[in-house]
Amino acid sequence: MTIKENLLKGFFKENPVFVLLLGMCPTLATTSSAINGLGMGLATTFVLIMSNIVISLVKNLIPDKVRIPSFIVIIASFVTVVDLVMAGFLPDLHQSLGLFIPLIVVNCIVLGRAEAFASKNNPFNSMLDGISLGLGFSMALTILGSIREILGSGTVFGFDLSLFPLDDKGAPVTMLMFILAPGGFIVLGYLIALINRVRKV
Amino acid sequence: MAKLESTFKNMVLTLFAITAITSVTLGYVYELTKEPIAKAKMSKKIEAIKKVVPPFNNDPNSEQFSVTLDDQSICEVYPAKMDDSIVGYAVKTFSNKGFGGLVWLMVGFDARGNIMDISVLEHKETPGLGTKMDSESFRAQFRGKNPQQFNIKVRKDGGEVDAITAATISSRAFCDALGKAYQAFTKGGVQ
Repeated sequence: MTIKENLLKGFFKENPVFVLLLGMCPTLATTSSAINGLGMGLATTFVLIMSNIVISLVKNLIPDKVRIPSFIVIIASFVTVVDLVMAGFLPDLHQSLGLFIPLIVVNCIVLGRAEAFASKNNPFNSMLDGISLGLGFSMALTILGSIREILGSGTVFGFDLSLFPLDDKGAPVTMLMFILAPGGFIVLGYLIALINRVRKV
Repeated sequence: MAKLESTFKNMVLTLFAITAITSVTLGYVYELTKEPIAKAKMSKKIEAIKKVVPPFNNDPNSEQFSVTLDDQSICEVYPAKMDDSIVGYAVKTFSNKGFGGLVWLMVGFDARGNIMDISVLEHKETPGLGTKMDSESFRAQFRGKNPQQFNIKVRKDGGEVDAITAATISSRAFCDALGKAYQAFTKGGVQ
């Protein structure tokens, strides 16, 4: 696999959300707005890159039978770093992502890439793998978040698009369902169908 | 370098080494971020107090005191002063009757107990429904009201508060928290 292929695979060919269908729980739960999706995606990207690099560096020092607990400890410490740094410097984003930051630990993309890629490849390629998959994940979450935010609140990244008629109190009448869980499933389903269609052509 | 064998000794040593290194790293990061986290929390609290009481020039946080209510819950009261005369009290209050966990409010009272403004600190209500408790149109109905004459209950429960459409439970929690704040105010605020 060339460097270019390695870098591009996460966006389309092996996109974690649309193709591999990994990490669905944070995907659906955090994408109620575009900025939340992007924040969650970038936090996961950081964890993914760092854990991929470290795991590929120490892969020969870890006996096979204890590799999973070792990986989890390494991943969990990077997640804690992200959690603490976010709480200190981006308190608003930290509050809206809430519980989902600690849950990056059990996000199957991170452990999946550690097990399937970083533990078999050199640090440089593992870093590229982390960048690629992480940004692909962020892209998917941002697209999903934008669509849900546009349909559900009539805004995108907080900017009012004035798409919807106003009610008698002056509040826009939006399709509220898209911000709630069922809307997330519907948007995700249509996006996956669309991506699959495009991939086959 | 060849991969380490999965012998008992190797496994114990590896796990010990990994956990030891990560603990040291995390301890270091914790020390680094401790101050910014405390600062962020504090500035958020001060922002909330500023929103609900008139301009003040003391440090409400250092003059804060706690009041224990009838149901044993504890509310924090922050007196706001302008040149040593009281301009209002900000009361941090909560309700456990929310739809998705605790609802935290900061309520501002003037010296006679009229509600000046309310700011929502933290909640986990349904997005788009219960989250509207933070909206201007809902909060406006409380401004200038004194809970002694104004029955803080939603109309469904015989009170005078217009509940948020499709979020009666969240509105009830809001009223419950407000009632607690007033109780804290009457018990400890006027001194």
